[in-house]
Amino acid sequence: MSRVTIAWIVIAVVGVGTYLVRASFLAVADRVAAIPARWRTPLQLIPPAVLAALIAPAVLRPDGALNVVGARPLAALAALGVAWWTRSVLATILVGLAAALGLELLLG
Amino acid sequence: MPPDLHALDPAASLRAGVRAMLPITVGIAPFGLIAGVAATDAGLGLAEAVGFSVLVLAGAAQLTSLDLIGRDTPVLVVIATALIINLRMLMYSASLAPELSHLSRARRLLGSYWLTDQTYAVTIIRFRDVEQAPVDRFWFYLGSALPLWVVWQLATIGGVVAGGAVPEAIPLGFALPLAFISLLVPSLTDRPAVVAAITAAVVAVVAAPLPANSGMPLAAFIGILVGWVVALRRGRT
Repeated sequence: MSRVTIAWIVIAVVGVGTYLVRASFLAVADRVAAIPARWRTPLQLIPPAVLAALIAPAVLRPDGALNVVGARPLAALAALGVAWWTRSVLATILVGLAAALGLELLLG
Repeated sequence: MPPDLHALDPAASLRAGVRAMLPITVGIAPFGLIAGVAATDAGLGLAEAVGFSVLVLAGAAQLTSLDLIGRDTPVLVVIATALIINLRMLMYSASLAPELSHLSRARRLLGSYWLTDQTYAVTIIRFRDVEQAPVDRFWFYLGSALPLWVVWQLATIGGVVAGGAVPEAIPLGFALPLAFISLLVPSLTDRPAVVAAITAAVVAVVAAPLPANSGMPLAAFIGILVGWVVALRRGRT
């Protein structure tokens, strides 16, 4: 299969699947009052857990080997600080990219 | 919920929604640009990039899908990973449902298409704010969704067009985890969330060599479980 074919399969299946997730509770809003309280916590923990699981390997072992003090981990730390203080997507990406670029030149 | 909810001005509510979303689109534009660049990096074209942005309309899932496709990951793994990332929208749907239960089913099913992190955040804040003037919720929701959707599509197209022009020295692949960092930080609202994130990060790094990218869902799952235990323990004390 070519990548274009794979892409369209992913677009179709993930598109439909994501719509079903979005519509889940909204579709039955007139019949189901609210999500049971005990399921609220695990649902709220999905974003931090999923995002951290995506970020950490991309930062700490981008090529497979573990690298804790390289340019990327340090740049990610800087980006984390910027995200914390500014809450700006643009500032976070720009500072992170600039830091990675600068540190790669500096550290060789 | 005010009794005159249906008597509110649709046009004014639509405009209020647009105004509430506009500042947020500034932060979305770079994310959309990266979605366009990532499509080019994965060897795909404008049609596929826009296909993702129109039919999936979810930044984190799009970027991760494109990254995995570019590394020739099996199609089922790409689909499973993207759907796990988008499972968080179950929470948004559940949270908004009681706020929109007065709408017709057709309107709720139509509105579901535009349910994103940003639309959810903007609308739930307004619906729960008793200090502000009430709005027609359907039109406010659509108003907030509109600028986000337009900027997302334009930024994606911009990213595909500009993607090839970015100098090689700039590590654009690194923009992906950076964009995710800017999404992660606002989700760290309490101790269970922080514990879930740290646990998931550690497990994901350790489990990275596992086949079929299965370390990511495994790490997320363990992170959620540990965070849940912390939340339950805090609830008891």
